[in-house]
Amino acid sequence: MENEQHRINKDTPILNSQFSTVNSESSIIKVENLTKSFGNFIAVDAISFEVSKGEIFGFLGANGAGKTTAMRMLCGLSKPTSGRGMVAGFDIEKQSEQVKKNIGYMSQKFALYDDLKVWENLRLFGGIYGMKSHEIEDKTNIILHDLGFENERNTMVKSLPLGWKQKLAFSVSIFHEPKIVFLDEPTGGVDPAARRQFWELIYEAAENGITVFVTTHYMDEAEYCDRVSIMVDGKIAALDTPKNLKAKFNAASMDEVFQQIARKAIRIDN
Amino acid sequence: MTTLLLADSGKALVDGLDVVRDYKEIRKRVGYMPGRFSLYQDLTVEENLSFFATVFGTTIEENYHLIKDIYQQIEPFKKRRAGKLSGGMKQKLALSCALIHKPTVLFLDEPTTGVDPVSRKEFWEMLKRLKQQGITILVSTPYMDEASLCDRIAFIQEGKILTIDPPEKIIADFPHKVFAVEADNNYEILKQLRQSENVRSVFSFGDSLHVVFKDISKMENEQINAQLKEIKPTIEDCFMALTDN
Repeated sequence: MENEQHRINKDTPILNSQFSTVNSESSIIKVENLTKSFGNFIAVDAISFEVSKGEIFGFLGANGAGKTTAMRMLCGLSKPTSGRGMVAGFDIEKQSEQVKKNIGYMSQKFALYDDLKVWENLRLFGGIYGMKSHEIEDKTNIILHDLGFENERNTMVKSLPLGWKQKLAFSVSIFHEPKIVFLDEPTGGVDPAARRQFWELIYEAAENGITVFVTTHYMDEAEYCDRVSIMVDGKIAALDTPKNLKAKFNAASMDEVFQQIARKAIRIDN
Repeated sequence: MTTLLLADSGKALVDGLDVVRDYKEIRKRVGYMPGRFSLYQDLTVEENLSFFATVFGTTIEENYHLIKDIYQQIEPFKKRRAGKLSGGMKQKLALSCALIHKPTVLFLDEPTTGVDPVSRKEFWEMLKRLKQQGITILVSTPYMDEASLCDRIAFIQEGKILTIDPPEKIIADFPHKVFAVEADNNYEILKQLRQSENVRSVFSFGDSLHVVFKDISKMENEQINAQLKEIKPTIEDCFMALTDN
């Protein structure tokens, strides 16, 4: 059902220069006027931004502001109504399969199979991403060692504490060494100690060159990001480093910045 | 405490009633909002609420004043099925349903997990008003800023209560001085301090690091390129210290 101009080689990354704005050699996400409507409801309203390689990018917003919808488009899981976006060198609309192969995604609702063992989950996701058996085996050993999970190799995921599950889910999402990982509220409901351990994993991934795109409702975590955007009613209302945002809004913390910006929302959370 | 699970041993009273012997009476008196949304997804907002009111032998009208603040926000959607509501609206409906029979004690299991900072603030303002109406509230939360809004806090870990006190007392009892470091390369400094013999603990706290030293007189020896400033510990510092083993 593709028309002529959509017929491009799906395995070749599109050069950034095909986009109207330049200056993107180092950007791994580039979005222009990205929009998603459901009927009359504009969930994501013409957002534009770029994320650099290796950056930890915090994607904030109130419930219902459009974060998850935007993120699903960036992951190739949902088609934009209009506008365009490039992720890891691929067009999110026309090369969504290539996008999926080159990213990691940890969803807020589902991340692991509860009734599979720890090693089985790793085996499954490695297999899905086309990794070879010996690669999966080696990587499994490394990950279980790094997480200190060696004794849990044969544990059913459902019997792990939430904080452990989240750490394992994160490791699964970067198991195939993607260029970028999308984390949708990875620390929801996690205690303060486990959240900090989780963020150490994020820092480590970023140091290894993986770009991290993360949503959170914990404003102390917003401070840990290189840059954050705050979405209000489907639009990006602010985007900068935490330091600059605090200066601009004359606020002592990111929580204050968020309260100032997000309280302007008109859209009722639906 | 909500009489849904039998204890192996021990005893508990809720509103003066025994959780085993008087479970039927307790169920009439307490309100419970479980962590997982557990209303009827295929009933509408209004139907859920009137169902809970009927089960408890009351009507929406009779106790409307209790839920008014909360319910008004979802009333425009009262014909919508509960399963089709957003997270924030489900939470408001669940709270309305837990309150409709005018409970004496309200049990809330992580009511604000996954809720944005603005809505969380509103939610806690609501809890404050319920407290003023004489309702006792027992709430679990992973957010330490919420914990510090409570009259008393119990820290529980691996099935044991580590401490139970008012927040000011927990903070006053914190045995160490806490120093904050604010720099552009916090993560580097964190890793460096963690290696230091004299550092008891170091954790990230938003834009700064909180450090506790073993021997304060030697803290000047740390070769870090940032200022150390003594601060008042927060509840989160206390939680981290209690659970850091």
